[in-house]
Amino acid sequence: MTGRFNQAIETARCTGRWQALLLCMALLLLPYSVWAADLDSALAALAGASLSKVPAILEEVEAVGGEAAVPAFTAMLEGDLYYRRSDKRVVRAVRDDAGQYQLSDPLSGASLGASEKSALRKVKVSNRVRIHLRGAIARLTLSSEDPRQRLRAAQNLLERPDEDNLPLLRAAIETETDPDVVELLQTALALNLLQTSGDSEARLGAVETVAGSLQPAVRNQLQSMVQRDDDGNYGEEDAAVREAAQRALVTIDSRISFYGSLETVFFGLSLGSVLLLAALGLAITFGVMGVINMAHGELIMLGAYTTYMVQVLLPQHIEYSLFIAVPAAFVVSGLVGVLIERSVIRFLHGRPLETLLATFGISLILQQAVRTIFSPLNRQVFTPDWMSGSLQINSVFSLTYNRLYVFLFALVVFFVLQLVLNRTSLGLNVRAVSQNRSMARAIGVRADWVDALTFGLGSGIAGIAGVALSQLTNVGPNLGQAYIIDSFMVVVFGGVGNLWGTLVGALSLGVVNKFLEPVTGAVLAKILVLVFIILFIQKRPRGLFPQKGRAAE
Amino acid sequence: MSVATTPVLTGQASAVHELRARAPLFLAVLFGITVLAAIGNLAFPQDSIFHVSTYTITLLGKYLCYALLAMAVDVVWGYCGILSLGHGAFFGLGGYALGMYLMRQIGDRGVYGNPELPDFMVFLNWQELPWYWYGFDQFWFALLMVMLVPGILAFVFGYLAFRSRVVGVYLSIMTQALTYALMLAFFRNEMGFGGNNGLTDFKDLLGFDLQADSTRVGLLLVSALALGLAYVASQWIMGSKMGRVILAIRDDEPRTRFIGFRTERYKIWLFVYSAVLAGIAGALYVPQVGIINPGEFSPLNSIEVVVWVAVGGRGTLYGAVIGAILVNYAKTRFTAVWPEAWLFALGGLFVAVTVFLPQGIVGLFRERLGGRRA
Repeated sequence: MTGRFNQAIETARCTGRWQALLLCMALLLLPYSVWAADLDSALAALAGASLSKVPAILEEVEAVGGEAAVPAFTAMLEGDLYYRRSDKRVVRAVRDDAGQYQLSDPLSGASLGASEKSALRKVKVSNRVRIHLRGAIARLTLSSEDPRQRLRAAQNLLERPDEDNLPLLRAAIETETDPDVVELLQTALALNLLQTSGDSEARLGAVETVAGSLQPAVRNQLQSMVQRDDDGNYGEEDAAVREAAQRALVTIDSRISFYGSLETVFFGLSLGSVLLLAALGLAITFGVMGVINMAHGELIMLGAYTTYMVQVLLPQHIEYSLFIAVPAAFVVSGLVGVLIERSVIRFLHGRPLETLLATFGISLILQQAVRTIFSPLNRQVFTPDWMSGSLQINSVFSLTYNRLYVFLFALVVFFVLQLVLNRTSLGLNVRAVSQNRSMARAIGVRADWVDALTFGLGSGIAGIAGVALSQLTNVGPNLGQAYIIDSFMVVVFGGVGNLWGTLVGALSLGVVNKFLEPVTGAVLAKILVLVFIILFIQKRPRGLFPQKGRAAE
Repeated sequence: MSVATTPVLTGQASAVHELRARAPLFLAVLFGITVLAAIGNLAFPQDSIFHVSTYTITLLGKYLCYALLAMAVDVVWGYCGILSLGHGAFFGLGGYALGMYLMRQIGDRGVYGNPELPDFMVFLNWQELPWYWYGFDQFWFALLMVMLVPGILAFVFGYLAFRSRVVGVYLSIMTQALTYALMLAFFRNEMGFGGNNGLTDFKDLLGFDLQADSTRVGLLLVSALALGLAYVASQWIMGSKMGRVILAIRDDEPRTRFIGFRTERYKIWLFVYSAVLAGIAGALYVPQVGIINPGEFSPLNSIEVVVWVAVGGRGTLYGAVIGAILVNYAKTRFTAVWPEAWLFALGGLFVAVTVFLPQGIVGLFRERLGGRRA
């Protein structure tokens, strides 16, 4: 009867107390309080019980309450379970900042007010009881409906092997349907056997089972088996098992280092994607107009501040803010770019060095403007929920969502830009002007107009890069400067003939940087990359993918 | 736009001729002012109206170092069209070389009282002097290094860059990367140059107390002398056959090469000369301001120098000096009164000079004079 009841209550706990009440009455015409009284009274026996009786009481509570008892067990395990001296009621008590104890019901979590320490007594817990509690919690959650709960329970069992849990594990493997949970349970079982089994055959089998696992606990266990202790004895007596363990360790270590380098590649690609976003706009303007826009970093910064403004104006829509910020930043930075082109760069035609200086001046003005308007301090840009957290591939390898999305976003921007340049009439004009300005003008391309639009496009992409960067680093007036020299390097390395050069340049520089970092330290890695580029342009002064032409030089 | 089509400089011959004509006037003004300032500081008592404060002397000395640095940039940019955004690197290296000598001169008067090791090394628990600090207790060695280190770096960089024909904005970006890399490197404590804090707390130079008025005046005079010598030397180079080729390179490098000149050699040696000038400027700067730190390598500093030259008027040598002193005077006044506005002003200056005054103040006056004559 309790079984059916449990099920009903379990459903009810998910949907709320009122529904639970209705459901219970409708099903069995038994008031909720009667059942709750069963669990409560079972739990109440803990008040003042001697340590020797506690395990029996816990078994009773487990049998009556099922999964509903888990909160109480957890509280007890953490040492938060007390009972009131006055009425022997078992409560969960947590000390607050004021030194008072906040009481709550150990099962439902409902608040029961505050109390002095003197009015409470702790429910006694010993190590044996703790082991029992852990086992009980694991047993109860292993039968949970939610596979994530079961996964967590299996993980708990794996990290605290105990002989008593063996039958539990075996039973759970029989009934488990989720393959991930099964795998974890099997590892837990094998690890358990390794520590507790006296049978060397069983241990050998267990070593085979755990050989592919990346769990830290498995590695520690294997390590302790093959190492000598202080007396010179191996952790594992049987030589055959020891040898198998050694082999398993080698496999595990090589897998860990494999995933380690995968992670480095990922970090490198992530850095590369940031460089790519920052360098794309630069490459376009440089390729078409032959001018280096030193204010490019500040246009990136404007994009990041646009994201901030969008979030300030729409505080209740943080989740969607980035979707609004991307077009907004494109427009803001793009317009500023067009303004710069029309007001300054236009007058400096054919004088790239002067353009470089003038745009540098503009970058100082923009930086100081942001400092004056917003403050020199960093602004906080929120990360939407869907971008936080990480994609856990296994216990040693995970990809953070923000970096993953920024990487994908950079690729999308790259390919959209390729489409724009190769499939639209604007792109045709841009390519014509960048290949041969005077010839393009001669056949009727309005080079001035193309310049303004190209500059706007490049600046707009800088704005988009700013949105992406706001999710990875601090948003402050110096945001642009941190990336600008690196993105120049990408343009120099990749060449301006072709955007593919920028892609290859950015990603390879990012990966190389991240691989050098652990060996040489971040600063030296940067220096080495700079030196490498200086040497590289010895061989190819025009970058990886130079613009083809017939100019004699 | 008429501004855009105006040739940057008039013909070669007149440029060189003008340099010669201006030299006596330039030297007279330079030494006149410094000697008067020196007398004002040393000969008149504090309350006299002719007294020049030591603060002013030091400020003047600092400006002259900047002027020398600006002249170094002008030599490569104004005469050869090489826009270096990394001259702060050579300036900083020269400064560090002399700073190392000054550091060794402190001896056991440092906070930790270690006769061998500078304070920061004791602080980092270093046991012995790194090999590259050897010799810096000798003044002549430090002086040699002030010129050799920037010179060799410029030679290596120039050799690599000019030989593979890296020109225009590519070259500018690479020079900027060079100084950026040096900044990152010098920020590291492991480099053995005092990391973040750089070298400071200097006591004396060749036995003269650095805090004394007479030393300050002496340093000012030496700076003026260095600037004057650099002017004469640069003028001599530009007037020589090598100078003619250099001007030709600025105006059309491929054509000069086709005529048969190894243009990269001229560029390398001019670059080395300019770097040495910048190194000397740095070495004179350090004892006067009393500190050298990696901030001197920051790309912003180097690019500021270019703006001094642009403001003054490039390709004239004395224009660079005028520009450096004017802009720095403005900076001193501005940052004292209204510090936030300085970056606006500097940024505006960049834009205004490049768009409206491509030949700088000197060019403006020359145009006025020319107009009146015609």
